[in-house]
Amino acid sequence: MTNYILRRLAQAIPQLFIISVILFALMQAFGDPIAMLGGRIPPRPEDKERLRRQMGLDQPIYMQYVTWLVGNDWQKIDMDGDGVPETYGKRAGILRGDWGNSLVTRQPVLKMIGERLPNTLLLMLTAEIIIIILSLALGLYSALRPYSLFDNIATGLSFIGYSMPVFWLALSLMYIFAVNFRRWGLPYLPTVGMYDPAVGKTSFELFKHMILPVTTLSIISIAGYSRFVRSSVLEVLGQDYIRTARAKGLRSMIVVRRHALPNAALPFITVIGLDIPFLLAGAVVTERIFAWPGMGRLFIDHTERADFPVLMGILMLIALAVVIFQIITDVVYSFVDPRIRLE
Amino acid sequence: MTDSTDLIPSTIPPLLSPTTLAIRRFRKHTMAMMGLGLLVLLFLYVSFSGLILNGYCPPLGQTLYGEAWANCNDTGARLQPPSSEHLFGTDVIGRDILARTVYGGQISMLIGVSAAIMEVFLGALIGSVAAYYGGWVDSLLMRFTEAMLTIPSLFLLIIGARFFGGSLPTINFFGRELTGSVIAIILIIGATAWMYIARIVRANILSLRELDFVSAARALGASDRRIIFIHLLPNTMAPLIVSATLGVASAIISEAYVSFLGLGVQGATATWGNMLDGAYRYLETAPWLWFFPGTLILLTVLGINFVGDGLRDALDPRSSRHM
Repeated sequence: MTNYILRRLAQAIPQLFIISVILFALMQAFGDPIAMLGGRIPPRPEDKERLRRQMGLDQPIYMQYVTWLVGNDWQKIDMDGDGVPETYGKRAGILRGDWGNSLVTRQPVLKMIGERLPNTLLLMLTAEIIIIILSLALGLYSALRPYSLFDNIATGLSFIGYSMPVFWLALSLMYIFAVNFRRWGLPYLPTVGMYDPAVGKTSFELFKHMILPVTTLSIISIAGYSRFVRSSVLEVLGQDYIRTARAKGLRSMIVVRRHALPNAALPFITVIGLDIPFLLAGAVVTERIFAWPGMGRLFIDHTERADFPVLMGILMLIALAVVIFQIITDVVYSFVDPRIRLE
Repeated sequence: MTDSTDLIPSTIPPLLSPTTLAIRRFRKHTMAMMGLGLLVLLFLYVSFSGLILNGYCPPLGQTLYGEAWANCNDTGARLQPPSSEHLFGTDVIGRDILARTVYGGQISMLIGVSAAIMEVFLGALIGSVAAYYGGWVDSLLMRFTEAMLTIPSLFLLIIGARFFGGSLPTINFFGRELTGSVIAIILIIGATAWMYIARIVRANILSLRELDFVSAARALGASDRRIIFIHLLPNTMAPLIVSATLGVASAIISEAYVSFLGLGVQGATATWGNMLDGAYRYLETAPWLWFFPGTLILLTVLGINFVGDGLRDALDPRSSRHM
């Protein structure tokens, strides 16, 4: 097992390396970050030149990549623009834990992401728990009564659910539960942000602000997952060992709980495990609509300013999460399904 | 008439081709037929409504028809709620939303179909080359595919939108001016959505290439290109058709996401996606801004998903997923 995990981690290294090269190459198309800086007074050309040198943007792209990857503190660079390298670089590179500094705010990228990540995780993990519980419940209920009225309605709704663009669902929910509920004098939900500045940072405020974004994120995933659970439960219910369990006189509840559900849950674990890291990304649109100060909004805001150290940081963090969750999923799978042996 | 003749049926039922069988199965699929009906209605809506749409445009002082009417911005009639004059209301600069959903729908459907064709082409090419040649070609292409799959597609779309943004020329297509950003969006969506198709095609061809008919073709001296395109790919057509259909739906949604974030099709050209750009700022005051284009996207995607599901059941009866 340890060997397997180590080998998988070793395989992940070239994969992450390829991803970082692809992304770094694409980032160059974002345009000149210095030109985007602007501000009220346009900087003078010589200031731009100096900034470019200080940020290392005058280097050829492969040198910029090397600097980003392993740093430049082992070589002298030309800081004053006379063509003679004289100062040692200050960057340590991402491999040594230096994720670089934002070109816009000059703050360390890791600190900026660290400020936003908990907000995104709060939204995502809450949504994920609701998604898992409700999809299991709905899928199981449908599978035990296939082609019943409930099942057919659930099938129809799930088709609509996963055909829905996130923003359409979000805007509709906001329109009903925030705008119209207020109009009708009912208790209404807040739409944007995490807290109401007039009330302060209470946990009840946070809860109220989370309802709509979490509902938005959940509905679309539940639509797909509950159908998935339903079809795997249906498949398991047709197996011989279920017939055996029934034949020896077990109560139907126990057959479902002890024999059907654990087996049907296996493929579900894989799907959930592989999808969790993508939830980090799925929030881009939701965070934008609900003005939620998470990582997705950080990405959008800094896309507009071509702030590539921040963008690279966010994307590499997500890629890392995807790779790690792939390994975790495989390992967990081998624990819950003894038929699978990892070598 | 003796009894013995009755044993042989007087008419032998015709031998049905797989295609005929698939069409029969598809027509029995109620949801798929409903989806197809919905799509036909939507297609008629975006294709022919333009012929009867017209209106008086005050800034120009004349009655305009067709796309010119969709682009008439009457700033005196900004953000008007739906009325008999503007059935779906007007947008932030006073353009008729009904007319814009018609012309925007054409572009959205064009983007959906073209991007799906492109992703199927790329996916089939990469998947079949990887599986057919194997070895280092396979590992290189599959590592690349995995790397692309590891980056969430919305981020790829956003980066791609910046990559191509504003660098492509305007072209003329069926009498409509398509700005470079339309082409850019098609390229971006096509280039970021081929990975699953490549994997399916690769898996199928890995098993197909071991079969005798491939050895036979090779013995007859067929070139690699001929074996891939004439012998192998047609045998993996069923999943390709299903992926292409569902690909149209996800391309339409992708276009809407990118445009919603303000990185999509620019300028006067309407798409269902860019009509939504900024609409959330008018959530309370002008819900018709996002309701109509959003609902049209929902209906189109729903129809395509129904059809895709029916096609999957019809083309591959073994994989009867009980949806």
